Amino acid sequence: MRVTQGTFSFLPDFTDQQIHEQVQYCIDNDWAVSIEYTDDPHPRNTYWEMWGHPMFDNPDAAAVVYELNECRKVYGSYYIRIIAFDSSPGWESIRLSFIVNRPSEEPGFKLSRTEVKGRNIQYSITPYSSDKPQGSRYK
Amino acid sequence: MPDGDKKLDAKARYSAGVLEYKKMGYWEPDYLPKDTDVIALFRITPQDGVDPVEAAAAVAGESSTATWTVVWTDRLTACEKYRAKAYRVDPTPNNPKEYFAYIAYELDLFEPGSIANLTASIIGNVFGFKPLKALRLEDMRLPVAYVKTFQGPATGIVVERERLNCYGRPLLGATVKPKLGLSGRNYGRVVYEALKGGLDFTKDDENINSQPFMHWRDRFLYCMEAVNRASAATGEVKGTYLNVTAGTMEEMYKRAEFAKELGSVIIMIDLVIGYTAIQSMAKWARDNDMILHLHRAGHGTYTRQKTHGVSFRVIAKWMRLAGVDHIHAGTVVGKLEGDPATTKGYYDICREEQNSVSLETGVFFDQDWASLNKVMPVASGGIHAGQMHQLIHYLGEDVVLQFGGGTIGHPQGIAAGATANRVALEAMVYARNAGRDYLAEGPTILAEAAKTCTPLREALDIWKDVTFDYASTDAPDFVPTTSVS
Repeated sequence: MRVTQGTFSFLPDFTDQQIHEQVQYCIDNDWAVSIEYTDDPHPRNTYWEMWGHPMFDNPDAAAVVYELNECRKVYGSYYIRIIAFDSSPGWESIRLSFIVNRPSEEPGFKLSRTEVKGRNIQYSITPYSSDKPQGSRYK
Repeated sequence: MPDGDKKLDAKARYSAGVLEYKKMGYWEPDYLPKDTDVIALFRITPQDGVDPVEAAAAVAGESSTATWTVVWTDRLTACEKYRAKAYRVDPTPNNPKEYFAYIAYELDLFEPGSIANLTASIIGNVFGFKPLKALRLEDMRLPVAYVKTFQGPATGIVVERERLNCYGRPLLGATVKPKLGLSGRNYGRVVYEALKGGLDFTKDDENINSQPFMHWRDRFLYCMEAVNRASAATGEVKGTYLNVTAGTMEEMYKRAEFAKELGSVIIMIDLVIGYTAIQSMAKWARDNDMILHLHRAGHGTYTRQKTHGVSFRVIAKWMRLAGVDHIHAGTVVGKLEGDPATTKGYYDICREEQNSVSLETGVFFDQDWASLNKVMPVASGGIHAGQMHQLIHYLGEDVVLQFGGGTIGHPQGIAAGATANRVALEAMVYARNAGRDYLAEGPTILAEAAKTCTPLREALDIWKDVTFDYASTDAPDFVPTTSVS
């Protein structure tokens, strides 16, 4: 399967040039761009690990692409995403988030059903990879 | 000012009998509205021979303190304060029989936090008033002091996106079709296919409640199976608007509680449940971490005709106060009524922190929303993937694009229809961000994306000639003109 979180997961994976274009769009909007990585792609895993702080006051998308490639050297088998933060009033939240690196194999998620009262079912979703300890989930 | 419009002294004013409204104090051409006044703009069409100023004063009177005759009991009150004041009457640009009447209302006329109370005055008796042929509430200015007495949207655009983990693009939805007749089991199939294929949301239609072919608990249970399956298949947060509209508040709360128990992120209500019920459900939604979708069922009965009723921009303002998170606000290019400029006005009312006067989009007042959450507009009805560049151009990024037929009617099936829409959307947002002139190049961008996406190719082929090009019944009165410099 393919984890399709993020703004562009239904498009073919981006080249560094395409990532550069999208990051520059964020910078031109005065958004601070950040790199985050994880080996737990659960849909409600909100806090991926931060590859440093969001890059405030950085005018050049090339610096983000450089940091992304540094991150890939260490976490190349993980999910990595680019996130842009908008600090303007009324937003103060994320404005763009897209995956720029993913494991070569994505085993997907297990859906567990627990039958409770009546016909009601309690669902829980678990990444197959999370059976293994953090750090050894993807090759 | 004609002599007859002058104010009377107290003795003449309060003698028993019938007096023109403008002489009773409901016409004050020199009045400067206070920052704390509620202001309403009406389009009035007086009966033949009725003076427009008197008609405006009558509207002010009948929507505030007046009755048809003088009453001495006025003098026991601070009646000058409580009288609504018509202070400006303008001819409309295009119809000599219609006038714009501006009326200011003292804040103390209204109970805090109650749309029911506001509307009982502003659109109460006055709409049946005989001296008027027709009356339309065009716009309202709501003072900050009053706005702050409302909860506002339970969730708001920002937090909705955070909960869904979805940023930077419009959300995608589809209404399950056929809207009536599917069993719960078959209904859930449509939900599963559409969500797995790439949509964020599916939606119950306005008249899906609890009917013999599908009772509500069945629908909720099968839908949540579908939502969770799709979430596991994609790694994304998914939702389906479970319509909790019912005959009583007790029943709606019961259905909403069950939706919560099943883990739904969103519920839905219809506009026809009424303003008080909407405010109650908004409060419930805030208390229970639930996104609240409003389907504007019924609004066309009073919003569509330009001379009589209530403009949808006013309904949008009331709904932002009342506290819904989603509201259907038009598509521009789809099958339902919606002039582009007027629709932009609705979207601005839903999404901006502050609205500025913009006559060309039908917005007559500056409006400060005082940090009330923003409402996510929903575009639904006769739209398809081939219009993606126009949809993003007209409607922007913070909108739910709902392709019902445009998903379920896809020749390769529902999931393929959903994928076509999602790929078209992502490709267009990508192109926009990369600086391309996506409106002009839209068809090219879609054709490029379709090279690696067969479902999109098929969608573009089958719906390429579908447009809904009819004259609008509700276009703005004012058209911007280019100034020569």
